[in-house]
Amino acid sequence: MVQQLGFLKETPSQTAGPYVHIGCTPNFCGIAGVYEADLGVMMVNDKTLGERITLRGHVFDGTGTPLRDALIEIWQADSSGLYNSPSELRGAADPNFTGWGRCPTHMETGEFVFETIKPGQVPFKDGRLMAPHISMWIVARGINIGLQTRVYFDDAKAANDQDPILMRIEHKNRVQTLIARREGSTYHFDVYLQGDEETVFFDV
Amino acid sequence: MSNRKPETGAFFQRDRQWHPPAYTPNYKTSVVRSPQRALLSFDNTLSEITGPVFGHSILGELDNDLVHNFAKPGESAIGQRIIVHGRVVDERGKGVAGALLEFWQANAGGRYRHKREGYIAALDPNFGGCGRTITDDDGYYRFRTVKPGAYPWPNGVNDWRPAHIHFSVFGHGFAQRLITQMYFEGDPMIWNCPIVRSIADKTAIEQLIAPLDMNNTIPMDARAYRFDIVLRGRRSTLFENRLEGN
Repeated sequence: MVQQLGFLKETPSQTAGPYVHIGCTPNFCGIAGVYEADLGVMMVNDKTLGERITLRGHVFDGTGTPLRDALIEIWQADSSGLYNSPSELRGAADPNFTGWGRCPTHMETGEFVFETIKPGQVPFKDGRLMAPHISMWIVARGINIGLQTRVYFDDAKAANDQDPILMRIEHKNRVQTLIARREGSTYHFDVYLQGDEETVFFDV
Repeated sequence: MSNRKPETGAFFQRDRQWHPPAYTPNYKTSVVRSPQRALLSFDNTLSEITGPVFGHSILGELDNDLVHNFAKPGESAIGQRIIVHGRVVDERGKGVAGALLEFWQANAGGRYRHKREGYIAALDPNFGGCGRTITDDDGYYRFRTVKPGAYPWPNGVNDWRPAHIHFSVFGHGFAQRLITQMYFEGDPMIWNCPIVRSIADKTAIEQLIAPLDMNNTIPMDARAYRFDIVLRGRRSTLFENRLEGN
C-alpha cells in the first residue's frame, strides 16, 4: 500500500429532464410569484459598454428536429475582455454587464435568443489572444451531461484564424460549426447534436 | 462571497467514465440527442476558470422553503415534510462557499407543475416545486420541502422514475457547472431506472443517494436527508508560469 491521495469523485451528472424550467426558469413555465424574475434573462442594461448584439439559433437533434425543451447558458467577457467573476484578477469588468445569460428554447419553435454585447478578446494561457467568443452550455432531456461549446464570430476572421482553440480542431471542415453568421446586429448560431454538421463539443 | 482570496487554477480533468456517457439507448431520448464525434479536449482557459457568482441579495425569504414558497398564506404543501441539507465541496474536499443551488421536483403524488406533464396524479395548489439557496462560507446549504413521489414516464411500457430532486449547481468557474439528481435511501425504484442506470459505476450511483439523517430532523416536524455534492477541484497555481505582463 502507498499513501492515499484522498481526492473525492465529482458528483455524477444526470439529465436536466423535461421539467428543467421549473427549477431554472419558473416564470417562463408559468410558476409565478416565487422568484421576481428568472435568473439570466437580462445580461445588459442602459449603461453596458460595447456593441449590442443579438445571438439566436436552435439546437437540432439527429433527425433535424429542434429541441423545444433545452436550456442554454452562455458566459462571456465584457467589451474589454474581462470576466465579471471573482476569479478574474486582471482588472474590474464592466459592472453593468453580468456576462452570464440563460435562455430556455422556445416551447414551439425551439429558438433561443440572447441580447448581449460583442465580447472583447481574452488571453490564452501563453498570452496569445483568443478570438472573441462566447462559451455555451446546453442541457436538456436526453442529454446526460451538459454539452460545452463556444460561439465565435464570422466577422473576426483574422482573429479566428489565430485562435488557439480553433487551431486545435483537426478536421478543418468542422471549424465552421463554431462560427456564428452575422446579419445586421444579429448573429445566427445553430447547434447540431449529430450528423454531418455535428457541432464541435468540448471536454474542458 | 467570503473574504477568501479567489482561486484561479484550472479544474481537474473531468472523469468521463464516472459520468454517464452521452449515448445510453435504454434511455431512449438520448439516442438522437447524443453527440457521436469525439469531444475536443483542452486545458481550461480563463473562459472556463471564471464563472458567474451570485450574491445572497438575489434570494427571497422563502426561496429555500418549498413547503411554503408557492402556498397560500397560512397553508402549506401536502406531503412528508423533509429537510435536505449537505455540503458542497470540491474534489479536494474544500467547501465551496457562495455556490448557487437551484432545485426542482414533483409534488408528493409524483406530479410536476408543468404544461408538458400528463400524469393523472393531482396537482397540489400549494406546491410549485422550485427552490434555491446559496452555500455559506463552509459550503453548507439546507432547504425544506416535501418528499416527492415516484412517477411513470413514457420510455419503456412501464417505466417509473424513483423519487428524486433535481439539482443545478454553480461553483466558481463555468467549467464546474453541473446538473444532477438526488435519490432517497431505500427506494427500490432506483435500480430499475434507465436514467439512473445511464451511470455505469455502482459507486457513482450511490453518490447520488441521500441517506436518512435522523440527527438533523426537527422533532414532530420534518425528517432530514443529507446530500453532499462534489464539484471539480482546482489545480494549484503555485508553480505555474505567470502570464506575460502579469
